[in-house]
This record gives sequence, structure tokens and C-alpha cells, in this order.
Amino acid sequence: MMMQTDLILNQQPLMQATQLTRLYGINKGCQQIDLELYAGEVLGIVGESGSGKSTLLRCLAGIEAIDSGTVDYDSSAGLKRLHDLAESERRRLIRQEWGFIQQNPRDGLHLDMSAGANIGERLMAQGERHYGKIRQQALDWMQRVELDPKRIDDKPKTFSGGMQQRLQIARNLVSGPRLLFMDEPTGGLDVSVQARVLDLIRKLVRELNVAVVLVTHDIGVARILADRLIVMRDSRIIETGLTDQILEDPQAPYTQLLVSSILRV
Amino acid sequence: MNEYNFGYLDEHTKRIIRRSLLKAVSIPGYQVPFPGREMPMPYGWGTGGIQVTASVIGHNDCLKVIDQGADDTTNAVSIRNFFKRVCGIKTTEKTSEASIIQTRHRIPETALRAGQILVYQVPIPEPLRFIEPRETETRTMHAMQEYGVMHLKLYEDIAQFGHISTAYAYPVRVNGRYIMDPSPIPKFDNPKMHQMPALQLFGAGREKRIYAVPPYTDVVSLDFEDHPFEIQQWDESCALCGSEVSFLDEMITDNEGSRLYLCSDSEYCATRTEIMQEGAA
Repeated sequence: MMMQTDLILNQQPLMQATQLTRLYGINKGCQQIDLELYAGEVLGIVGESGSGKSTLLRCLAGIEAIDSGTVDYDSSAGLKRLHDLAESERRRLIRQEWGFIQQNPRDGLHLDMSAGANIGERLMAQGERHYGKIRQQALDWMQRVELDPKRIDDKPKTFSGGMQQRLQIARNLVSGPRLLFMDEPTGGLDVSVQARVLDLIRKLVRELNVAVVLVTHDIGVARILADRLIVMRDSRIIETGLTDQILEDPQAPYTQLLVSSILRV
Repeated sequence: MNEYNFGYLDEHTKRIIRRSLLKAVSIPGYQVPFPGREMPMPYGWGTGGIQVTASVIGHNDCLKVIDQGADDTTNAVSIRNFFKRVCGIKTTEKTSEASIIQTRHRIPETALRAGQILVYQVPIPEPLRFIEPRETETRTMHAMQEYGVMHLKLYEDIAQFGHISTAYAYPVRVNGRYIMDPSPIPKFDNPKMHQMPALQLFGAGREKRIYAVPPYTDVVSLDFEDHPFEIQQWDESCALCGSEVSFLDEMITDNEGSRLYLCSDSEYCATRTEIMQEGAA
């Protein structure tokens, strides 16, 4: 794969998948996936429903078992072959070094716990045992994701969809992850809220220099967030490149169709 | 008495339960599944504790049964009579005389000694359930020691009430490893579990789980650095025996809202009252 920017030249990839395959049926799932992800970059995976985007994401996050191939992750404790790790180690990575933002915030939040507890959970999981510090971090993060800190003790089930998504973002970023997985992070939001949440994600990702794997079927979302794009169809990667390059000059016929089908308002 | 096998359960069942108990004692705080039997009483009446007691009881044992600290409540009396009938063993109300004490919701005030067995009746053995309803997941969490979520509940308490308001079934860490639900005893009793000379066995009948704390094992209540674990305290003392150190029940005595406080441990209170009366006489 070609090097795209000066920033990532001569760097070790943070995550590298080689001939990754996970199939549920013929061309259902993902197969022969090669990809590299560098620290601080946002990699978008786009494609139509059923093209294998989410399967690929779950394989990269170690949530889904794989049929063959490898995923290597350059962890804080050295290079790890993800699917050979003990489950405890994999769960530690998910808990401490990564974040996972679900499309539906209800899957990523404890709806019956207060917003503060939701944000504080990862800190407590990492061993923080000082209530005051957890509380302060939760308040800071409420502000950073533009939620009213007064609502820190309210339950997320009383929040709107956009607020829940912000809370989910705060909850994942509070522990300072190096890598963030996002599955359609703005899928369930209306257009105006979507725009603000995207702005927020873009800002925070830049500030914290966290690498992101973003799955979306919405080229518009990918255009705003992603540095690089991977286009998938029928379980395979059909095109990769810089976001601008793919959107301006798509090569594969399917990508051309995809790009030309963006609604222009 | 002859219609029943000694201890009601058949010997095979007792053997299975004893095996589970051995495993539970070997891994303090770990919940061991066991094939719980139908007992001649409904779930929720202490079927787990009764099966554990039935499996460890012998001809020479002396049994005490308490419910909320009292020897004379329906549950305690029924279970005591049950064992009298199916074992023909001695029973007592004296904590110091008993070799096995089956309890619901309390640990006796009188300190237990080595050689005694304390059997707890447990409604919900899984401390992680409130946060994670999937049993497969909570087992993994126990295996991986992923216990950060346990502090969520304590966090919520402080956020809402300014202090840790969880007053019973207060989670503990056993032997530096497993997080355990101490059954719905008041947190007042938690410190008694720590380094207790007696063997502590826990039986959950409906959930078919057994766990244990061997004698002289560390049992530490969870807390925050800036909100340490505290037990309940009362400004009053017991209206009968005057105790200032025991767990007190509040009792409303008339329609005007007058109230008095009494020891929840009836045997402890009665013994103290007797001594006081003897002293006065």
C-alpha cells in the first residue's frame, strides 16, 4: 500500500491486517483484507449494506473470530498478534487502549446509570479509586463533548439521541485510547445533529491524536472525517486511497457509482 | 423421623453438595454451581442454606437458626423444626453452643469461634448481575477479574446521596481475588466476615450456587479512597439490654410515632438482659 502523507512516512503501522478472512457464506463477510492503520489517522471503510464493513471492524477489534489471516497491533507493550492473544489480554486492550463507539448509543451505554457513572466506568475499570477525581474527569468530559455538566447525575435514557451519542464518545475517550472503532457513529441521528456530532468527533480526534477506524455507508460522513478510504463490496476491498482522491477520481466502477450517488443539496 | 433419610437429602445428593462445598472452600468467593434439589418449601425460604446445612450436619451437631438476627421468627422456627424432625439433632438458641448456625440477613453479635460453621441463605449470589444480566458474561468478568464496574454502584450512591448508601449486600473482595455478594446482611456485619475463625458457607437454592469463605480469610469491603467503607451507627442504645455496639432494629410503638430501638440479635439481647437482671436481684 502506498504511503499517503509525510506524517505517516517511515512509521510502523499501529494496526496491520494481512489476508484477513472471515466468511459466513460465499462472499458474505470479509476476505483477503490487507490494510494498515497509522497512529493518528482516520481510516474510513465505506460500502453498501452487507458488503462486510462491520464484520471487518469487529475482526479488527478482536470481537469477532477470524477464519484466516492476521491482525497485528502495535500495543503500548509491543507488537501483538491480535487473534493469538489470550482472551484476558484482548479484553484488556479493548478496555484500556481502545474505544468502541456503537451506532446505537443504547448498546454502548448503561442507560440506568447516571451520565457521570457512564463516563467514569473506564477509569474505575483501570483502577481509579478516588471518587473526587472520577467526578472531576466526568465533569470535564461532559463539557468537552458539549453536554450540560448539570446533567451529570441524570440517566442517559432521559437524553436525546445526539446527547447519548456525545456521552458515548466521552465515555470512550476519557481513558485516552490510542485507537477508536466507530460503527456508523451518526447513523441514527437527524442531519443537523449529525453535523454537530461529526464536528465534535473531528475536533476531538485531532486534539487527542487518536487513530480511528470508521465504518459508514454514508460517503458524506467519510468525507468529513476520514483521511483515507477503503471501499468494500461483496466482502472484498475494491479500492483504497486518500479520501479526496477517491471522491474526486474514483477508479472502480462501483466506487464511481457510489460517489455519483451522493445527494447534493 | 424414620420416613426420611438423615438430613432429608439422600446420600448421593449430600455427596454432590459436599464436593461443591470443597471446591468452594478451595476457591474462596468463587460461585460453584450445584444440582440444587426441590425442598419441601418454596424458593426464597432458604432452600439453598438448608441444603448446605443438610449436607454438613452430623448426629453430634447442635443447630441454631436465625432470621434477621432472631431465633423466634417464623422462618427460623420452621427451619429449626424441620431439622429436628429429619435429623433428630439438638438445637439451641445460644450462639456459643451451636456448631452450625444457619442464618438469613445477619451474623450473630457474639463472636464465632474456630470449629463453628455459619451457613448463609442467599437470594442472589451474583454481585455483578445488576450491571450485567448475562451469566456467561459475569463469569468471564470474574475469571478476568474485571471488577471496575462494581464501583459504579458505589459511585452512583455518592453522586446521589453524598455517601455510599448501600446498606446491605455490600460487595466484598475475598482473599484478594473474587468479588462476592455477602448475601443481604447489613454492611454492619461485613467486618465480622474478615478473618473470621468460623467457616462461612453460602447456599443459593433458586440460583443453584454455593460459595464459601474459609476460616481466617481476608474479606474486604469495596470503597473509594475519599469515601472509605463505614458501618451503620446509632445515637440510641437497645431499649432492653442497653447495648451500644449491636445492630439495632427500629420499632414503632404507637400511632404518635414513638419508637424504640432493639437489638436485632435476640439471643445476644436476652443473654445481656438476664445478666443485668441477675445483677439487679
